[in-house]
Amino acid sequence: MASPAPALRVRAVRPLGGDFERWSWYFFRISGLLLVFLALGHVWIMHLINSVDVIDYAFVAERWRSVGWRFYDWLLLSLALSHGMNGLRVIVDDYVHSRAWRVVCLSTTGLLFGALLLIGTVTIVTFPRTGP
Amino acid sequence: MVSYRGREGYWAWVLHRLSGLGVLLFLALHILDTMLVGFGPEIYNHTIETLYRNPVARLGEVVLIAALVYHTANGLRLIAIDFWEGAVFRQRQLWYAAWAVFLVLFLPAAFVMLRPLFVRA
Repeated sequence: MASPAPALRVRAVRPLGGDFERWSWYFFRISGLLLVFLALGHVWIMHLINSVDVIDYAFVAERWRSVGWRFYDWLLLSLALSHGMNGLRVIVDDYVHSRAWRVVCLSTTGLLFGALLLIGTVTIVTFPRTGP
Repeated sequence: MVSYRGREGYWAWVLHRLSGLGVLLFLALHILDTMLVGFGPEIYNHTIETLYRNPVARLGEVVLIAALVYHTANGLRLIAIDFWEGAVFRQRQLWYAAWAVFLVLFLPAAFVMLRPLFVRA
């Protein structure tokens, strides 16, 4: 076991990221914890209890008769996409330093996030209910 | 070229980043294929049949689940280190624990998902 680190005297300095980065730090962990259940649950239902062999239009229609499942799927969509795109933003911050390329990469990330979230939300919300 | 020869902490980070990117890439594809559900059964069923019901895709499915389960297990390790006083001094034990979690979750899942490749229906 490593010996404890020596006590450091550090002057308190406001981090450059400011409040957004602090929020982002908490968001990764909170969304991550929720995703443990949402994502692994999704894998359990889709790949283990069922499989790609039985999942088809009828399966989706049956599942989305329930508003509860639609909400589950939308929560999974929005949390996974935010968690992942925020991660992509961090990766861009780590490797892209030129001002111009940062604008390109970060706006692409943001646009992809918005577009995919919109597409997924519209898909879940507008799919017709097939039953009472 | 200066090379950082890290130990488990470094590899944990590299794999966390790679697995996250992998899952994100799949997610983008998955949102687009699920979108087809809005266009009716013929298009959607045909897409699922072509895209996912073949041996290469089944292997890809297993790789995806491996990435997801690793990212989850290491993510939980990170949360433990961030919020549990003293965990950072046990980070290597937590690394082994994360791999134990990974194996317990992944191996049965991989078995179930790969079985169709070996069993004739």
